[in-house]
Amino acid sequence: MIQFGSAHVIYIFEAARWTIVLSLIAFFGGAVLGLLLALARVSRLLILRALSAAYIQTIQGTPLLILLFLSYFGLSLLGYRLAPIVAAGLSLTLYVGAFLGEIWRGCIQAVPRTQWEASDCIGLNRFQQYAYVILPQAVRIATPPTVGFMVQVVKNTSLASVIGFVELTRAGQIVNNSTFQPLVVFLLVAAIYFAICYPLSVASRVLERKFNVAR
Amino acid sequence: MTYNFSFAFLASRWPALVEGVWLTVQLTAVSITLGFLLGTLCAVLRVYGNGFVRRVVGSYVEIIRNTPLLVQMFIVYFGIASMGVKLSAEVSAIIALVINAGAYTTEIMRAGIESISKTQLEAAECLGLSRVNTIIHVVLLPAMERVFPALSSQFVLLMLASSVTSQISAEELTAVANVMQSDTYRSFEVYLIVAAIYIALSFLYRFAFALIGAVLFTRRRKLGTAL
Repeated sequence: MIQFGSAHVIYIFEAARWTIVLSLIAFFGGAVLGLLLALARVSRLLILRALSAAYIQTIQGTPLLILLFLSYFGLSLLGYRLAPIVAAGLSLTLYVGAFLGEIWRGCIQAVPRTQWEASDCIGLNRFQQYAYVILPQAVRIATPPTVGFMVQVVKNTSLASVIGFVELTRAGQIVNNSTFQPLVVFLLVAAIYFAICYPLSVASRVLERKFNVAR
Repeated sequence: MTYNFSFAFLASRWPALVEGVWLTVQLTAVSITLGFLLGTLCAVLRVYGNGFVRRVVGSYVEIIRNTPLLVQMFIVYFGIASMGVKLSAEVSAIIALVINAGAYTTEIMRAGIESISKTQLEAAECLGLSRVNTIIHVVLLPAMERVFPALSSQFVLLMLASSVTSQISAEELTAVANVMQSDTYRSFEVYLIVAAIYIALSFLYRFAFALIGAVLFTRRRKLGTAL
């Protein structure tokens, strides 16, 4: 049995970088997808509304773990061998997109209807309405819940460990397998997650208070 | 791409899937019930407790909500075992899920409790209700009614998150799928089916919660108004 030492701690901290990288991939990928979904959900075309709603329902009803297995084991069977980071990035993007899409739809709809009517009156077209009137206000409403959701994204990257991507949780498992000190190892891992997530939680609350006062 | 989809393995293997679904339902039913009770208790303590209790509950909520369920599960399963107490995978899974659900319920119920106006409490006092009766009938039930939609979606998310318990070898639906795909080499089909089952389960849970809500909260039906 190998003693749990500073080398292990350094190893775990280095793996935390991959948790952050994966979180960023998932967040920005999910943000692009989520924006498209949110706009589709409030579109005037029934087909776009129906398709985006179906996508969101499907993804939100499926565990992320199953999405990971599908993209990692499933797609390799079909001949697409994805590296763990690609498979993890892909499934997290699909997953995060569905949730952000639904959050942002709410935020777009929370912009008062009179803003639509007013921008209609001054002759803006649909694109201009979104770009200059609706989205800037929706972004303000959306910021606190989005920052809050980033916590979920960071936590969900822990599932990438299951397909062998060496991020924080997987590093913890590896260290635990050689040192047999699960309590110390996983408490350290949990503490690092906490150190990443807690500031985001606090930021979300602070932003919410700040923006509520402004309204 | 020359892959042929085949669902033939289902003919002989569907009983395993049914067992997996059943264990998932059992695991989540127990965790949701206990988690709800724990969370409600913590929410009451968080609002009405003294400073110390409030801080302890607050830390519990923040620690659980800012760390992944998977890591919590490893701490419960491997951590407790390393201290000499052997728990089965299922029991560990339930403990971790209850602790997790409890933290989210605390936060949701706290919001509900704080939304109850002070005049309600004063009215209850005037009627001579005891403190316990006031908290149950005037605070908790109406609070629960207000946050019920949030609670239900949190519990549906918990059901989906229970798939993570496969990682500590609890034999629920995802674990069954993992075994099945390594037996049949039909991973794409297996996980597609299991994804469909989870979607069906999440609809079922939503329906069940809507039913519970309709039975539990009669005020809207009887009086035609919300709170």
